[in-house]
Amino acid sequence: MTPADRFARLPELLPTDADLVRRGRWLSVACRIDVGDEPFHLNVREGLLAGFERGNRLMRSTTFTFRATVEAWTHHWKRVPEPGWHDLFALTKRGAASMEGDLRPFLQNLQYFKDLLALPRRLPESA
Amino acid sequence: MAPILDPMVGRYLHLDIEGVAHRLYFEEAGPKSGGGIPLVCLHTAGADSRQYRHLLADPEITSRFRVLAFDMPWHGKSTPPDGWQRGEYRLTTQSYTETIRAFCQAMELDRPVVMGCSIGGRIVLNLAIAHAKEFRALIALEAADFQQPWYDTEWLYRPDVHGGEVCAALVSGLIAPQSPPAHRHETLWMYMQGGPGVFKGDLYFYRVDGDLREKVKAIDTSACPLYLLTGEYDFSCTPEDTLRTASQIPGARVQVMKEVGHFPMSENPAKFREYILPVLARISG
Repeated sequence: MTPADRFARLPELLPTDADLVRRGRWLSVACRIDVGDEPFHLNVREGLLAGFERGNRLMRSTTFTFRATVEAWTHHWKRVPEPGWHDLFALTKRGAASMEGDLRPFLQNLQYFKDLLALPRRLPESA
Repeated sequence: MAPILDPMVGRYLHLDIEGVAHRLYFEEAGPKSGGGIPLVCLHTAGADSRQYRHLLADPEITSRFRVLAFDMPWHGKSTPPDGWQRGEYRLTTQSYTETIRAFCQAMELDRPVVMGCSIGGRIVLNLAIAHAKEFRALIALEAADFQQPWYDTEWLYRPDVHGGEVCAALVSGLIAPQSPPAHRHETLWMYMQGGPGVFKGDLYFYRVDGDLREKVKAIDTSACPLYLLTGEYDFSCTPEDTLRTASQIPGARVQVMKEVGHFPMSENPAKFREYILPVLARISG
């Protein structure tokens, strides 16, 4: 299973974490997460995923984008990530990830996004 | 049933720092006389002295050391000075150095050991550069002469982003994944409780005013021993940053701590103990 395949399991992972959903209850935003060259369009509504689309979408607007290399996500989603791969900002600092757009909702809900984007760690390593 | 009490005691100290009256909160434990070596502990940016509560409650340490941990002005239970509402807090190399020296003098500490973490580690390097003879030994945790910034501090203090939440969320990534969840979240809680703009003000020292590149080469470890310890999961002050710094200081002792991040004393007290006890044993002889 590729890192993008792992991320594609997000819609089934998020509802299993009631606390994460609770913490995102004030958040509604459309954002984009890139796993290497593969974009994912997330429509978050009150902490839940109202929309989740994989692949390019013509002229799709998004509030912000967070993108990282396949290598970065591969390390980040290990059950216990190695030093330097264990946090979104560790990835950006090492140049393996970047963010752009209106970052306000991202920063307003930073722990939510960190935890959301770490959910694939819960999948079996071999999955 | 008798009350279950932690051994440390908290007091408020009145003192002048750079000519301004302050009232600092501090906690201490251990012998004041009879050979107890004073050990002053400096918390990280935007936090307070509670980070050292495990050290303050460790009889193996307090049997030999008089451990003191104070809240910097604006932090924890130390209130800001009169008139604070008229300006924005900003820590500098000079104000931080003088705060530590004023505390040690007011408490009449005889050549204390100073241990600081993060900004506390950076200022320990400045103590080694400028005031080494005043101290018995210096311990710099998560310290380097300079570190590459990894976020824009403007996000820390603005009305549309909750300061406590964003500060905690940013630093949460500096905690090692192996650290026990209870200690992780207690560490983050302190960040959530910081005053508005205080973390940002501390980082002015860290990012702008406290660049010690080149200056660390002047450190003389024969005047005062220097120990540097950094957690492998600290991507703010990386082990490479610390090793690079130590390589410029003859006689500095350096250690990379496995499965530890940026807050060793509070995120994983048991693991930190494994690393700090040998250092303290060496200092106490």
